[in-house]
Amino acid sequence: MKTLRMEGDCMEHTNEERLKKEFQDMVKRSAPSSNFLKDCLAAFVVGGLICVIGQFVMNFFINMGIPKEEVGYYVATIMVFLGAFLTGIGVYDNIGKFAGAGSIVPITGFSNSIVAPAMEFKREGFVFGVGAKMFVIAGPVLVYGISSSVIVGIIYYIMNLFK
Amino acid sequence: MDYLRAFIVGGTICLIGQILMDKTSLTPARILVSFVTAGVILGALGIYDPIFEYGKAGASVPLPGFGYALAKGTIKEVQQNGLIGAFTGGIKATSAGIAAAIFFGYLMAIIFNPKAKS
Amino acid sequence: MVEKRLGEQTIAFKNPPSIISTAAIAGPKEGEGPLRDYYDIVLDDDLFGEETWEKAESKMQKEAVRLALEKLQIDEKDIDYIFAGDLLNQLMASSLAARDYRIPFFGLYGACSTLTESMSLGAMAVDGGFADYVIASTSSHFCSAERQFRFPLEHGNQRPPTSQWTVTGAGAAVISSKGKGPYITHVTTGRVVDFGIKDANNMGAAMAPAAADTILRHFKDTGRTNKDYDLIITGDLGKVGMELTLDIVKKQGFDMSANYSDCGVKVFDLTQQDVHAGGSGCGCSAIVFCGYLYKQLLEGNLNRILLISTGALLSPTSTMQGESIPGIAHAVAIERGV
Repeated sequence: MKTLRMEGDCMEHTNEERLKKEFQDMVKRSAPSSNFLKDCLAAFVVGGLICVIGQFVMNFFINMGIPKEEVGYYVATIMVFLGAFLTGIGVYDNIGKFAGAGSIVPITGFSNSIVAPAMEFKREGFVFGVGAKMFVIAGPVLVYGISSSVIVGIIYYIMNLFK
Repeated sequence: MDYLRAFIVGGTICLIGQILMDKTSLTPARILVSFVTAGVILGALGIYDPIFEYGKAGASVPLPGFGYALAKGTIKEVQQNGLIGAFTGGIKATSAGIAAAIFFGYLMAIIFNPKAKS
Repeated sequence: MVEKRLGEQTIAFKNPPSIISTAAIAGPKEGEGPLRDYYDIVLDDDLFGEETWEKAESKMQKEAVRLALEKLQIDEKDIDYIFAGDLLNQLMASSLAARDYRIPFFGLYGACSTLTESMSLGAMAVDGGFADYVIASTSSHFCSAERQFRFPLEHGNQRPPTSQWTVTGAGAAVISSKGKGPYITHVTTGRVVDFGIKDANNMGAAMAPAAADTILRHFKDTGRTNKDYDLIITGDLGKVGMELTLDIVKKQGFDMSANYSDCGVKVFDLTQQDVHAGGSGCGCSAIVFCGYLYKQLLEGNLNRILLISTGALLSPTSTMQGESIPGIAHAVAIERGV
């Protein structure tokens, strides 16, 4: 282990690991705490409101006579469009700054995470820019969501074999 | 009443996300991945059904709802078509959201340019 | 053989080179900050009339160099070397800018420490007798840095309070053997110091040990203390890193609280502008030095300063591979008369 040569004689021979540890504790104390209660309230209210809009869309299509199993498609499409549009006109990032998880967790946030890199990397072209970078943030969501659902399907199939 | 329930259920799910963001070192991307996976698992175990029945859009619009739809769709297809349903069901059930995100993402990228933050 | 070295890491110049001209270009948000009157140009458009953020950054650097030369009325063919750097992969901004000059080019990467890195090497080239005129220039751009190191601009993420705001700006300084100051008298080149901070949203903390190490080393090598300087100013530690640095240095017996500051804290109004812990980036110490500090030295409001640009040597790859953030800091002592 190399000795850390933090100058000033009293620290010259100090063990490097202890010095690091001391500093990391110092950093923990120094970090300004994020405004936790305000963050939580904003996330709750904005997240809740986005779901209220979703509920409104759902009720609207149910009243139009769309069958219950299909209404989810309509809600998803409309909400994804809203998230995409608000991202396009440059509003969603400001909502996100205020609401945090409140606008990341709803499906509008999923849409934002696809649209934002698509717009950002347009300058690198439409194939390797827009096309490839679109899933740079949302890709893992699909990978883990879909893979785990396949596993669920296989387990379910096997369990049914033994029934 | 629908609206109040959607507000409370949806808001609570987002609140959990915020607590994880502020109190752990999990990045937002990791939180999204865990939420979707949690939705799949809760859906498969039948735990998410009552949440969905109660919260409606409040449970389906947040990302665990996406996972829930994946799990429900898979199980339904396995019931109807056997093992191949494990591969077709999930994406079928979430096809609208995925296709919309890709299509609108492309569209918005054509129309708009990113703006500097202030 | 070695006759200009002091201690382990410091150089004392025999014929201290002069900084004979500077120019600073700042982005719109920086132009709303407290130092707005000191910049040569404040952009009203982040794209600076270009199509991409990277080209906008490159143009800022090119314009800063052009302006610094224009003030001297010397031609670019009289310049022997340019030492330039920025934050982008493969130094895109500096390289694209440099293809338009006919000046021998050294591209440098020291993350946000590049300003004093380029000034150090420039002054060494001049005092070494290898050049009469050299340029040190650096730039950074909020939008090009965001897309390379963090998230796309329109992504709705929330920044933690320790995060910093990359300064949109470029600065250029002409260093020469001919001139009447302000003089670069000493250079203390920093070592890479890593105290195991992994949080890329707390770069101030990652860089603070490096800053403190270089400051303390400078004191030890030169025999100077904080009392010998009117101002000791770090590059972009922000509020969090600045307090940590003060703390570390104080524990070694130097209380700098009276004359210590940070460019990242100076460049923005932390109470009014939404920048969290303060400014960062190569452009941060560049516009604060080339804009504000240089003029204070010329006017005699400051006589002797120690400028320590600080860099977090992380890359998106190193962060994803779970590496902690190596920090670096280079100090340059500048004084009005020798």
